Amino acid sequence: MTRRSKGNAARLGLVAVPVAFFGVFFAYPVAAIVARGLKVDGVWRLGRIGDVLGQSDVRHVLWFTAWQALASTVLTLLVALPGAYVFARFDFPGKQVLRAVVTVPFVLPTVVVGTAFLALVGRGGLLDELWGVRLDTTVWAILLAHVFFNYAVVVRTVGGLWAQLDPGQEEAARMLGASRLAAWRRITLPALGPAVAAAALMVFLFTFTSFGVVQILGGPTFSTLEVEIYRQTSEIFDLSTAAVLTIIQFAAVGAVLALHAWTVRRREATLRLVDAAVTARRPRGAGQWALLAGVLGSIVVLLLLPLAVLVQRSLDAPDFGSYRALTRDDGGLFLVPPIEAIGNSLRYAVAATAIAVLIGGLAAAALTRRDAGRFVRGFDALLMLPLGVSAVTVGFGFLIALDEPPLDLRSSWILVPLAQALVGVPFVVRTMLPVLRAVDVRLREAAAVLGASPWRAWREVDLPMVRRALLIAAGFAFAVSLGEFGATVFIARPDNPTLPVAVARLLGRAGEVNYGQAMALSTILMIVCAVALLVLERLRTDRTGEF
Amino acid sequence: MSITQKATALVVGLGLVTLSACGSGSSDGSSGGDSKTVTLVSHDSWAVSKNVLADFEKRSGYKVKVLKDGDAGQAVNKAILTKGNPQGDVFFGVDNTLLSRALDNGLFQPYEAKGSDLIQPEYRADQDKHRVTPIDTGDICVNYDKAYFSEHKLTPPDSFDDLVKPAYKNLLVTENAATSSPGLAFLLGSAAKYGDGGTSRSSEAESGGGWPGYWKKLKANGVKVVDGWEQAYNEEFSGSAGGKKAKADRPLVVSYASSPPAEVIYADPKPKTAPTGVAAGTCFRQVEYAGLLSNASNTKGGKALLDFLLTKEFQDDMPLNMFVYPVREGAQVPPEFAEYGPQAKDPETLDPARIADNRDQWVKSWTSLVLK
Repeated sequence: MTRRSKGNAARLGLVAVPVAFFGVFFAYPVAAIVARGLKVDGVWRLGRIGDVLGQSDVRHVLWFTAWQALASTVLTLLVALPGAYVFARFDFPGKQVLRAVVTVPFVLPTVVVGTAFLALVGRGGLLDELWGVRLDTTVWAILLAHVFFNYAVVVRTVGGLWAQLDPGQEEAARMLGASRLAAWRRITLPALGPAVAAAALMVFLFTFTSFGVVQILGGPTFSTLEVEIYRQTSEIFDLSTAAVLTIIQFAAVGAVLALHAWTVRRREATLRLVDAAVTARRPRGAGQWALLAGVLGSIVVLLLLPLAVLVQRSLDAPDFGSYRALTRDDGGLFLVPPIEAIGNSLRYAVAATAIAVLIGGLAAAALTRRDAGRFVRGFDALLMLPLGVSAVTVGFGFLIALDEPPLDLRSSWILVPLAQALVGVPFVVRTMLPVLRAVDVRLREAAAVLGASPWRAWREVDLPMVRRALLIAAGFAFAVSLGEFGATVFIARPDNPTLPVAVARLLGRAGEVNYGQAMALSTILMIVCAVALLVLERLRTDRTGEF
Repeated sequence: MSITQKATALVVGLGLVTLSACGSGSSDGSSGGDSKTVTLVSHDSWAVSKNVLADFEKRSGYKVKVLKDGDAGQAVNKAILTKGNPQGDVFFGVDNTLLSRALDNGLFQPYEAKGSDLIQPEYRADQDKHRVTPIDTGDICVNYDKAYFSEHKLTPPDSFDDLVKPAYKNLLVTENAATSSPGLAFLLGSAAKYGDGGTSRSSEAESGGGWPGYWKKLKANGVKVVDGWEQAYNEEFSGSAGGKKAKADRPLVVSYASSPPAEVIYADPKPKTAPTGVAAGTCFRQVEYAGLLSNASNTKGGKALLDFLLTKEFQDDMPLNMFVYPVREGAQVPPEFAEYGPQAKDPETLDPARIADNRDQWVKSWTSLVLK
């Protein structure tokens, strides 16, 4: 066997596991539910696609879905890129805690965030008190909530790479006479390009498929494709219309992914990565201090204020009454005291993270080489597709696809982490890939020349450099799983509610104590998430000596 | 074997272990073949006291496994989707607004549960075939915020007709009939009250008759529509805990007749009287049914479970767990229910067949009339 073909065989082996995973737990169930809707007596009724697309309502929904996603993505990048810079390059007290905290919105279920956000932009909210401006049921509430949710995606994906870019290169360019802007544009921006594109793509996919935010903050007059698919599948039970809408969403997401792959491929380059700890320093000069203040200010208003509202409402009952109520077995609402929901959530999240890191890590490793074949590159895009498919489609698909031994998983607990991992894997791949691809291939070649096997080369060259990315990726997968609501409610599950499910159930019942408990559990969810992310950050800093 | 190949084998092996671990999870996950386990499929609101369920398990020898499958609509749809190979033996939680969908799709097989003769007559359904058994009932009514109406020295509304009066302009919040079960019930209540003007075609909407005419007036009187009950009750309704914190400004909300009792029971300390009340002339009655699933693997256990749902023990236990009324004669109703959320004396009702024929068309017309 030549070294080259051996490498190919290894890569094929690496790809096989993620391919099998996505085939069984994604492609097959989605295909099954679409077929159920569009195949009548064994014949595909593709004419339905034309019928549905012909409806002006549907075209209107498609248009709204696309433009609000684009606007949300641009707005998120505008607000969050300075944040990514500040977190990457500045040292300031409380930075680690803050980085964990900005990720918290990302995990909160939309039922809760809706409440928090209305307190900011709705009646009697901050804007209302200050200027008499109310944004609820306007598209602005939707766009701002999308920024709130996705801020962390940009800060963590772009900031993660930015922190490891060698500032010496930009400084060298300036020494050679380039202006600050020119140096940034010619040196830093190209290096960051892939990470920015990856973050933009994820934000776009998330907002394109936005569901809860649109329903809660926009009210019933706004509708995205995702909301329509949910209504058609879950309420109206018109599976054929739902199938057509799923195909439309699939096609739209596929087109975006293709565009993304096309733009990114031309930009990725080997980068010189350095330890993040040495690139950050205290801000200098009025300009940098002003930037830091601006970013912190935007974080406080846009992210911390809504979170603070939840905490405050959880504390309204005297003597932590809402928290004490959580430990009482109220004899039926949960069958288990709500506090046990924390344990359930953590268990699911650990399982989902393990699956996502394993599958995503293998996929990323296989995709590392930019000279990989067309098949492998196509696979790269395919991994992102789960972000573009409605949770209700996947959930209903599981029901009819995974119902025969050996894969009768319908009532098994593993289905929940599996569904959560589907959403987590793209994060793992997206976070690791830019860093893996930035590793200089000559390092690996040097290792090989010195007699190291590919496995050993990977372990001793790649792994130390990507450990940081791996932990960031794991953090994302963990957070996604903790906050995941869609797949969890669309899958039949034994009676062990996760935190978001427990919150939703408490909010679904009248009574002050229920409301207080919902706020208290949401606060606990925030804290659990923040602590988990902080622990992951600690893991990272303990190892920086190895860089 | 080179190290590369070993690594690959290891990785693939790991993947297979993961997969097979999933596979083994299913053996305890499915009820197939295990006649000592009986599986109940239900919606998210299912709840029962631990000791009551344990009693049944001890008496019958069956272990009860509960699968919660989303909200009421989703749970029904999923049960229909999987009826060839059901997830369990008994389904609980299809209500009269969706009953025809379940029956037309052959979701249930006949079984007359023990104790059926004790069901109050007005709740009985499908009496010739016994495919479903009524288990509980509840009313969807407009709730009002007592504090608001006493502050403004205004009599709370009491009927559908009242709601379109100028005195109550901009006071009512309701839910999207297309996505929310109370929202749909309120629409059906108005249809039961006013009819559809002789025909359900949308041209009727312009003639001003029937429920479309009523909703036009309601819209002109400033009704607000939000997507779900949670937003309506917790964000917009001034009488709820969440609403007070959010400075909500709608003192009328479409909710359950059992919401005022819940406001008393779930308060600490308990208030002397409920902060909210029910407009008795705006109620639509829902009845929830259970049935033995077609193709159930444990029909014997399923029948025993259905019998259990009608026992006095379960019917007594149910109100405080699911905030519904029992259907069995002589079952106890908690004092808070009788005092703050009594059942409407003369609620609106609609024949399930009429709902089946018109539901989708009505929701469509309602959407373009009210939301657009």
